[in-house]
Amino acid sequence: MTRTISVADTTLELAERGQGRPLLFLHAGEGLAPERPWLELLSRRFRVIAPWHPGYGNSPLIDDSGSVDDLAYLYLDLAAALKLDNAVLVGVCFGGWVAAEMMVRSTARFSHLVLVDPLGIKISGREERDIADMHALVRAEYLKLAWADPAKGEVDFTQLSENELAAIVRARNAFTLYGWKPYMHNPRLKRWLHRIDLPTLLLWGAEDRIVTPAYGKGWRQAIPGARIEMIPQAGHFPHWEQPEAFVERLSAFVDKNG
Amino acid sequence: MRVWYFSEMAYHPAWEQGLKHGSLRVVLPNSNFDPKVGHGLLNRYLDEFALCDEVGLDIMVNEHHSTSTCLTISVPMALAIIARETKRSRLLSLGNPIANRPDPVRVAEEMAWLDVLSGGRLEMGLVKGAPYEIAPANSNPANLMRRYWEAHDLILKAMSTTDGPFNWEGEFFHYRNVNIWPRPYQQPTPPVWMTGLSVETGRMAAERGHVVGTLLSLSAAGPMFEAYRKRAQELGWRAGADRFAYAAVVGVGVTREEGLRRANLAADYVRTSPIVAEPFTNPPGYNSLSANIAMLRAGGKRGGFVRDRHGNPVEQTTASIEQLIESGTCFAGTPDDVYEQIKVLSDSVGGFGHLLMFGQGGFLDHRDTVANITLFAKEVMPRLRELNQEPQKAVAAE
Repeated sequence: MTRTISVADTTLELAERGQGRPLLFLHAGEGLAPERPWLELLSRRFRVIAPWHPGYGNSPLIDDSGSVDDLAYLYLDLAAALKLDNAVLVGVCFGGWVAAEMMVRSTARFSHLVLVDPLGIKISGREERDIADMHALVRAEYLKLAWADPAKGEVDFTQLSENELAAIVRARNAFTLYGWKPYMHNPRLKRWLHRIDLPTLLLWGAEDRIVTPAYGKGWRQAIPGARIEMIPQAGHFPHWEQPEAFVERLSAFVDKNG
Repeated sequence: MRVWYFSEMAYHPAWEQGLKHGSLRVVLPNSNFDPKVGHGLLNRYLDEFALCDEVGLDIMVNEHHSTSTCLTISVPMALAIIARETKRSRLLSLGNPIANRPDPVRVAEEMAWLDVLSGGRLEMGLVKGAPYEIAPANSNPANLMRRYWEAHDLILKAMSTTDGPFNWEGEFFHYRNVNIWPRPYQQPTPPVWMTGLSVETGRMAAERGHVVGTLLSLSAAGPMFEAYRKRAQELGWRAGADRFAYAAVVGVGVTREEGLRRANLAADYVRTSPIVAEPFTNPPGYNSLSANIAMLRAGGKRGGFVRDRHGNPVEQTTASIEQLIESGTCFAGTPDDVYEQIKVLSDSVGGFGHLLMFGQGGFLDHRDTVANITLFAKEVMPRLRELNQEPQKAVAAE
């Protein structure tokens, strides 16, 4: 089910499925793609709430502009508006960055944090790049870095409707707006990750070359008590390439940590 | 009509390597630039600009970055030299890519300084910049035009304010004490120009009364100028030809053959300019939603902006000189041919008052460039002066 909700004087479109413990799912830079299996699989045991980030789907940009800070406050407001309690927060890729920005501000309504191949922090030196420059790659090269099996990521744009294409273009613009400079990270975020006082799982596609498993280890070291698990035969989007393994690992982590 | 000679100060010795590399811009390593050869070329190109003053042409300078197509990386730097070497030519900066500049007040200072230095000969283009300029500047393309308009407003306010300092706390730019010294020679500001290819740019320029320029493609010029005239009329004024500029490659010769040969060499500018590594050609947010949808529909293929008389894209990288004359990209032949081509094109778009003359483009050597400039000034310019001549809307200070 999809609906729109008014939060903090802006409008958010949400996909909602299932019953049980609430799980807020923050999507990747590519978009939400609710028709793909992972939301359905998650909804078998969670009440899944998955907003389209402002600029994606039918969620307008905040004040025609906006930043990752704005998204963090917006989703904390959303959690309050929905009266979430003991919720699981899941963020993938760009959504992982947003989730971390939320959690350094307040973990009050959440019980677990799951970051899946997140962007968002700077680990290496100023002349090294932690995050592949997705904007300097032709699509075929990008797919090779982002997918264990690049064929799974291919989209035949010529077969899509005008509305679908418009949504893709708007999403690309929004992703760029949020992450152009500094490139897909907040230079100050790593400094404050110690504030995250929830059981935290980093799930990583073993073949991710947008942000590699080595980058994941940097995240693990910065969040107290965090653990990292690799998902084989997956790249930057393990939830997309290996949805069953993704949901299995996530559920096991939530079960084991109350 | 005024004619503004212009050269990108090309570094054509690297073009062959660029073609092999698949990109003349952004990613072509500068090991392909030989500083000694560059030293000779820069000085040669500046001599060619200086010649324009002697023969009665105006001068335009632009800038690009990280590219073998254009060694001018700073309009104000080049114009500072040209201002000292010339006495009469008006000097057009076309322009400062202001959405890629971190410090608009600095832009205002530099333009005011140039205007004072040149005794009020400056005309000031505030431009969006080409898509492949985003990567060298690393400016965010998703809010490019918001930043453009804020920089535009701040620059004009900084140049025209005489009772400063004033405060500026906008979305992108923050200053508490704006009070530029020197202030410009022309009051309240030098004439302002914009560039573009779209109807929307035509409308936006009309709302501010700026000169609007477009380049190399008559199919873009017509609708853009028409949109400008219509918007001006809605706002209660009539836009004369002096509000419109058109850029084209020009090759003139004593014989038709010689003119075509010169234009054909200079036209390599048009042929090489779109050869850019693909990811840098369409940064997200730079082009409109509808243009992006059309590109995705076409399987991600992006056409150049040169179109023929029927609006069909012309393959820029391989176009013949005949095709480029047909598309309004080049004016070429004898002085009579060139005058006639300019007049026909101008008439077909409702009349433009400024011709931006690409009179040099890579492999056209110094002798040919000098001959091209001199012959044009002697045989074509006097006739063009009469064409579309109307009182200037923006009058320069004496």
